[in-house]
Amino acid sequence: MNLIKLENINAGYEGKIILNNISIDINEGDFIGVIGPNGGGKTTLLKIILGLIVPFSGNIIYNTSSSNLFGYLPQSQNIDKHFPISVKEVVLSGLMSKKKLWQKYNNKDKEKVLDLLMEYNMYDYRNTLIGDISGGQAQRVFLCRAIISSPKILILDEPTTYVDSNFEKELYEALNKLNQNMSIIMVSHDLGTICSHVKTIACINGKLNYHNSNLITPEELKSYDCPIELLTHGVIPHRVLANHDLMNKK
Amino acid sequence: MIDLLNYDFFQNALISTILISICCGLLGTYIVARRMVFISGGITHSSFGGLGIAYYLGFNPLIGATVFALLSSYSIVLLGNKKIKEDSLIGILWSVGMAIGVFFIYITPGFTPNLMSYLFGDILTVSNNQIILLGILCLAIILFFKQMYRPIFYIAFDKDYSKTHSSKTYFIEYIMMTLITLCIVLSIKLAGIILIISYLTLPQSIAGLFVKNFSKQFVISTIISCIGSVVGLLISALTNIPSGATIVLTFLAIFIVSYMVSIIINKNPISKKLSSK
Repeated sequence: MNLIKLENINAGYEGKIILNNISIDINEGDFIGVIGPNGGGKTTLLKIILGLIVPFSGNIIYNTSSSNLFGYLPQSQNIDKHFPISVKEVVLSGLMSKKKLWQKYNNKDKEKVLDLLMEYNMYDYRNTLIGDISGGQAQRVFLCRAIISSPKILILDEPTTYVDSNFEKELYEALNKLNQNMSIIMVSHDLGTICSHVKTIACINGKLNYHNSNLITPEELKSYDCPIELLTHGVIPHRVLANHDLMNKK
Repeated sequence: MIDLLNYDFFQNALISTILISICCGLLGTYIVARRMVFISGGITHSSFGGLGIAYYLGFNPLIGATVFALLSSYSIVLLGNKKIKEDSLIGILWSVGMAIGVFFIYITPGFTPNLMSYLFGDILTVSNNQIILLGILCLAIILFFKQMYRPIFYIAFDKDYSKTHSSKTYFIEYIMMTLITLCIVLSIKLAGIILIISYLTLPQSIAGLFVKNFSKQFVISTIISCIGSVVGLLISALTNIPSGATIVLTFLAIFIVSYMVSIIINKNPISKKLSSK
């Protein structure tokens, strides 16, 4: 079932077009990896889907009226680490969509927070200020905040930045499990890992190439000609190449 | 000093000081946490344009200042970082508001109001009507914060995330901007356009040195604001120095002492741990 449809989106900042005529469907069960060079429009695409940026033109069709449509893990540098907020309060804020503005948070909500922190090994830090934990630990906390409301779509912007390889492995395992109940869109620079886990790839550099993820063979690598220029192309295996060619022929 | 308390004008000054301290203590905590101090400065200075036009046209300056300040604050929310960069927009509102104010007051025929009283405040001329307005605003702010504490808290921490979760985030944001604007406009007579920023930042910065808990920062900021402004007002009355400047300098003195105390406390790991709770 289609959840969101973006049609012919043109978007950017202060009159400068960053996304040029982009269309993309987000369906139930999707696991989309968004890749592309810096400034290519990855975060802009996420913010359009989230409704944080209004595009210059094009249509966004939401085929669901769920109040807890999105769970969002923003880029870690966008978080104010000096803000006086504890780990458990950060996670509790993830339940905003389930509450009326004036509604109090009850013990059941707070227990849910603690259970989730326990599951992600952050229970011992529940009363610690968000600025007093490491970058990797903060990413666990923000993941908890993003999923606590059981959203239909989980959106992650560079979730593996500042995390160690152990958490990265845990994160992908968790995401594969979560994907059974929610669609996932994830921006990452880590092409080598991302392509091993996602189902589809949205390759963005102003324009969008959107295709299935699959493993590349050395033969395919030789003949590969991607219309989207990525710094990592030809160096780090970009395991989506077969369908890129198919798309170009269309 | 006891004699002073018998005068109506001084009683009015004391009551209004405390009311402004409560308003600014609460709103300032949100402003500092959201890093909106520059926005508040823009709104404050733009209100001077409304004052000038009101004088020229001959209606209540408070209404002119309120209209100008509200238009400025809503335009920052609506246009900031969309068509124009937010800091540029604030800079424009800041300087143009002041220029319009000076221009219209200069061309107003006849009696020219004392500009200094608006720039630096003159609390001893606060009227009963202004105190009633301040009281209503203070009550509205307290009730709003009590009822909406968590959304305010979460929006202050991460506005974008809140917007992805609740369409009513915009509602809270506009209410907060309206309350901030009204607080600024009603405080102009007390602290003055230039000095009101210190009411919205210094007590909060002092509280932030000791308390790392958002709800406690509201309370501590308000208490510091009340103490600082009452002490400042008394010093002002006894020394005959303008009240606005004296109150700000009292805040500064408290800040310097607090900063040194916080350095000593932070060297003690037990105290450090307690402050985060």
